[in-house]
Amino acid sequence: MSRPVLELSGISKSFGAVQALNQVDLAVDPGEVVALLGDNGAGKSTLVKVIAGVNSGDSGDILWEGKRVEINRPADAQRLGIATIYQDLALCDNLDIVANLFLGVEKTAFGALDEVDMERRATELLDSLSVKMPSLRVPVASLSGGQRQIIAIARALLGEPKVVLLDEPTAALGVAQTAQVLDLIERLRDRGLGVILVSHNMADVRAVADRAAVLRLGRNAGDFGVEETSYEEIVAAITGASDNPVSRRASVTRTEEA
Amino acid sequence: MAQQTPVSNSDETATGTAFDRDPRLMVTRTSPASLLAAIKRRIRGGELGPLPVIVGLILICIVFQLMHERFLSPQNLSNLTVQIAGVGLMTTGVIMVLLLGEIDLSIGSVAGASAAVLAVLAVRVGIPEWAAIAAAAATGLIIGILHGTLFAKVGVPAFVVTLAGLLGWQGVQLQLLGSDGTINISDSGPIAALTHTFFVPAFGWGIAAVAVGAFVVFTLFGERRRAAAGLMAMSPLEIAVRSIALAVPVFGSVYILNQYKGLPLALIIFVGFVVAFDLMLRKTRYGRMVFAVGGGAEAARRAGINVDRVRISVFALASMLSALGGIMLVSRSFSASLDTAAGEELMMGIAAAVIGGTSLFGGRGNAYSALLGGLVLGAITSGLYLLQMGTPVRFMITALVLLIAVTLDAMSRRSRRAHARGG
Repeated sequence: MSRPVLELSGISKSFGAVQALNQVDLAVDPGEVVALLGDNGAGKSTLVKVIAGVNSGDSGDILWEGKRVEINRPADAQRLGIATIYQDLALCDNLDIVANLFLGVEKTAFGALDEVDMERRATELLDSLSVKMPSLRVPVASLSGGQRQIIAIARALLGEPKVVLLDEPTAALGVAQTAQVLDLIERLRDRGLGVILVSHNMADVRAVADRAAVLRLGRNAGDFGVEETSYEEIVAAITGASDNPVSRRASVTRTEEA
Repeated sequence: MAQQTPVSNSDETATGTAFDRDPRLMVTRTSPASLLAAIKRRIRGGELGPLPVIVGLILICIVFQLMHERFLSPQNLSNLTVQIAGVGLMTTGVIMVLLLGEIDLSIGSVAGASAAVLAVLAVRVGIPEWAAIAAAAATGLIIGILHGTLFAKVGVPAFVVTLAGLLGWQGVQLQLLGSDGTINISDSGPIAALTHTFFVPAFGWGIAAVAVGAFVVFTLFGERRRAAAGLMAMSPLEIAVRSIALAVPVFGSVYILNQYKGLPLALIIFVGFVVAFDLMLRKTRYGRMVFAVGGGAEAARRAGINVDRVRISVFALASMLSALGGIMLVSRSFSASLDTAAGEELMMGIAAAVIGGTSLFGGRGNAYSALLGGLVLGAITSGLYLLQMGTPVRFMITALVLLIAVTLDAMSRRSRRAHARGG
């Protein structure tokens, strides 16, 4: 068993009276896709922000390759090798694709931006991902939601990260684009990256995730191997009961089929 | 590390073509027709660039020349270029702030306070003039750091911080100058030389040749590199068109200015700062950060950019440029007075930036707006002065021009939205 590249233990975070995270543990190995599941308000986004350094936790430890680290700013996470792709994408609309891809990690030559090198690398990268873009010099505001998501993921790869954090990457995408993103996630895993996939979509989770870590009301509510766990068990962990509308519906459907 | 391809992938790239782009958006840019088509498409898409302001400037020049034969005379144009340098430097600073999507209302007062510092140190205290210049610039820098820190770290809106600055620094100016209200500076020292030095014709030609030559060489070199890297590069025709579009006004200005006293040092300083800031904004990581913060502060923050530091540095640069503008104003009038930069300079400085094509909505604009906008306002001032029309008419006409510029900005923003090309 390889050592986790990123391990969180006992993370707590509260916003005023609201305890968003309470003693949460999470670990991801190299070459592993961990799905982070939970109902709305379970604390997924807060946990993502703690890992990405947007908010820091009130208490708890973060271990990076076995060593204790502090992540107080996004730059800290980036330096460690954690790349985060947010639900709301967070691209700069006024900048073109190349500028967005290299935002914060621009290549320079003699103190000036090396646009040629950046555009060449961007072209290589997007071609290697089989991504079709109209032109790399259009402002990203002109791109579709799927194209923007791909750019956001591609940007994360430029930093040579070891852990990639995807917040609802397929939420707004069409069928073909979702498949493309899932392919991309598998490719990340094959390269030995640890992937944390926040998702509502059970089909996505079953398609690419190795493990499913479930949060409920800001606490750990189970850690399952996706292969050996049934859909109902995971849903039960998310909702906190085996007798819930989702699994009841599923069992009714199954009885009818039989 | 340097040549590492971020994602190695087995099958897709082997079968797919290397460049699979949407053909509608491919632009060949090899023939004059396709060049024109590309320009037309950009204009329709709301990317007007400097076109409206250049057309406006030409129209203004034609109208005033028809009304007064001396408007385009070398003497008048020479005076005009020296006149716009002071406020022009202030505009260059405001452009930085506008790119962030913020506003700096204190530029006039900062210029005035720095001018007072300059005069007090150089005349009353009696330190060398070059040291007083440096101290005045440093004053602006420190004021800007103060403004930027209050805005970025404390979270006071920039509008309010600089509104307080507008009042407060003018108070400092009045306090420093005291009851006399005016301090005259030496008319032969380095301060006076800033706006009263003119270069011999050969020097002017030399500067123009070096500037245009540098542009051509760097463009050729850059485009060759792009072509060598397999990227879309400008055709020789486009490079030629661009070079001529730069060479004609540059050599034309030097020719006209040489008819009078020669190329003014003030113009070289102003244009030098504009070019330096343009290069900084377009070619450096710092400039890219400024645009990123202006286009989406949260996105910039998540990309690891220190947004606070960018904001503070922009306000610091803006105030420092205001101080430099104040120094030029002192130089031109041989004195620092209660009126130095205390009147219309603030409004003209901001108006010039917007007229020149920098968006009030943040994230869009360029340093050349300072030059173009400054020329437009300078031409209006100068023309109305020749026609012996007073300040009332000038204010009304300037307001109209500003309104047209802001309307164009808002309209092109809507058009860009409609064509999905970014806010």
